[in-house]
Amino acid sequence: MADLSNLSLADRAYHIRRLAVRMGEVQGQGYIAQALDIADVLAVAYFHAMTYKADDPEWEGRDRFLLSNGHYAIALYAALIEATIIPEDELETYGSDDSRLPMSGMAQYTPGMEMSGGSLGIGLSIAVGKCLGLKRKGSSSRVYTLFSDGELDEGSVWEAIMSAAHYKLDNLIAIVDVNNMQADGPSTQMMSFEPLKEKLEAFGWYVQRINGNDIEAVQKAFDQAKSHPEAKPRMIIADTLMGKGVPFLEQRDKSHFIRVDAHEWQLALDALDAGRS
Amino acid sequence: MKPKFTPPESGKKRLTTSAMIASLASEGQATKPAPFGHALVEVARTRPEIIGMTADLGKYTDLHIFSQAYPDRFHQMGMAEQNLFGAASGLASEGFTVFATTYAVFASRRAYDFIHQTIAEEDRNVKIVCALPGLTSGYGPSHQAAEDLALFRAMPNMTVLDPCDALETEQITMALADHKGPAYMRLLRGQVPLVLDEYGYTFKMGKAQLLRDGKDALVISSGILTMRALEASKQLENDKISIGVLHVPTIKPLDVETIRREAAQTGRMVIVAENHTEIGGLGEAVARDLLLNGIAPVFKHIALPDEFLLAGALPTLHDRYGISTQAICASIKGWLG
Repeated sequence: MADLSNLSLADRAYHIRRLAVRMGEVQGQGYIAQALDIADVLAVAYFHAMTYKADDPEWEGRDRFLLSNGHYAIALYAALIEATIIPEDELETYGSDDSRLPMSGMAQYTPGMEMSGGSLGIGLSIAVGKCLGLKRKGSSSRVYTLFSDGELDEGSVWEAIMSAAHYKLDNLIAIVDVNNMQADGPSTQMMSFEPLKEKLEAFGWYVQRINGNDIEAVQKAFDQAKSHPEAKPRMIIADTLMGKGVPFLEQRDKSHFIRVDAHEWQLALDALDAGRS
Repeated sequence: MKPKFTPPESGKKRLTTSAMIASLASEGQATKPAPFGHALVEVARTRPEIIGMTADLGKYTDLHIFSQAYPDRFHQMGMAEQNLFGAASGLASEGFTVFATTYAVFASRRAYDFIHQTIAEEDRNVKIVCALPGLTSGYGPSHQAAEDLALFRAMPNMTVLDPCDALETEQITMALADHKGPAYMRLLRGQVPLVLDEYGYTFKMGKAQLLRDGKDALVISSGILTMRALEASKQLENDKISIGVLHVPTIKPLDVETIRREAAQTGRMVIVAENHTEIGGLGEAVARDLLLNGIAPVFKHIALPDEFLLAGALPTLHDRYGISTQAICASIKGWLG
């Protein structure tokens, strides 16, 4: 395999977007817009922030990455392929019978998938237990947990938020993807959750709010989340743009589960290529 | 069903709800205090991976015995059952064996999806131990988990246990420490009747055991209804009625071989008795298996009706819904003519 170690984080994000679009083409539709919006966060997580061994996804010393929003699996598979945890040729099986890459992420299907998501509002609770467990074991590993702004509607998320602060889980780094879109429409119109930063601070978290598509800002936020001295759980509110990097998808109105015409997949890849130059 | 209201009459005392909350023991019956809590303390002595968790019901599930013995191996999660079970799954995923307690209504009804997804589907080593199973509270439907067995039976990968007494509660607690994967145990808490010592009984995971033989009818039962069935069988001896009792503490996986063998004996009625709604519990599980295997004895079912059960004193309710010893005796006498 070619030595990819000196690729920039922007290169990684570009690769993750391309891999996600190629998986989207297998289905003809799907959660492509979310994959494009979260690619920068995943690039920083997997190629800057986290410790893991690609050839041993269950290595005890790894940082854990929990995908609460299981429908973002397409994005995480892309990151896991880019990280060489999953072979690239498996992307052709995405969402197909007998694949290790089901459309909604599940722990027992996929190397590197730590939890079964999909029933939204669950991931942070599992993260609380994992963080308690890691502290009991004297481990310095961290638990990264990605969830979506729509999940803020779930009461269980706030149960987990309270308990993470109660137990001073400074080994928890949560990232909430605020793309302001859920199944029935814009998240802030479905159920108001702002002012989110102030709310989470009042709940006892160390909170940063950033442009989740500004890769330098994302990198800095992960660095600060790791080095922050207070014994508090850490939250990164990542404001992102659905379809980021593919202008004609950025402009789609109904972008939660998008249908893409056959000829548009190549246009999407072309747009990603054009965005690099 | 709308409750019937009887205005107070001066000088007439009624049984109260709270008087019978603490214990299911009848007067003078031998009991043991907090068998689950004490057994967990004992087994955890050599098992550092055992962790206790609860959602504001430590004292009411006898887990306080454990948390007092091992304060640093206990997590109070507040009154938040979804988070309790999600976090229990997370701890289990890091190699711990978690005993998570609450009331049966909250685990089975409020936190069902969390248990389904994070514990059963992910195959985590979490033991769900729940007080007030079936009809063991007079508080009304908010606290009466009449359908807990149906709900947990319907969940793939879930072992479901319904102990009869203090002895069996201790033995199941010990067995769960060795058991791999998810399990749900109905909890008898506080002063728990001691019954099975008289029968030289030892719990075996997945096994039904014949506690006494009888030729007129076989009662297949679990939980406190085994205790009641044993009492009924003794009383019915006076009427020259001979009752066998097959105790089935493991509701899932069901010991179908033993059940089929005992139910296939000709000439005796089969009666399933359970502290559970008539829907989806031991009765339907047994009936289905017998029918599928061409075994068709005369079949009767002692179970709670498909209703929201009334509030009141537990002995009154057990009489009303047919699961007290006297009510069971009356039913059996009626069926046997």
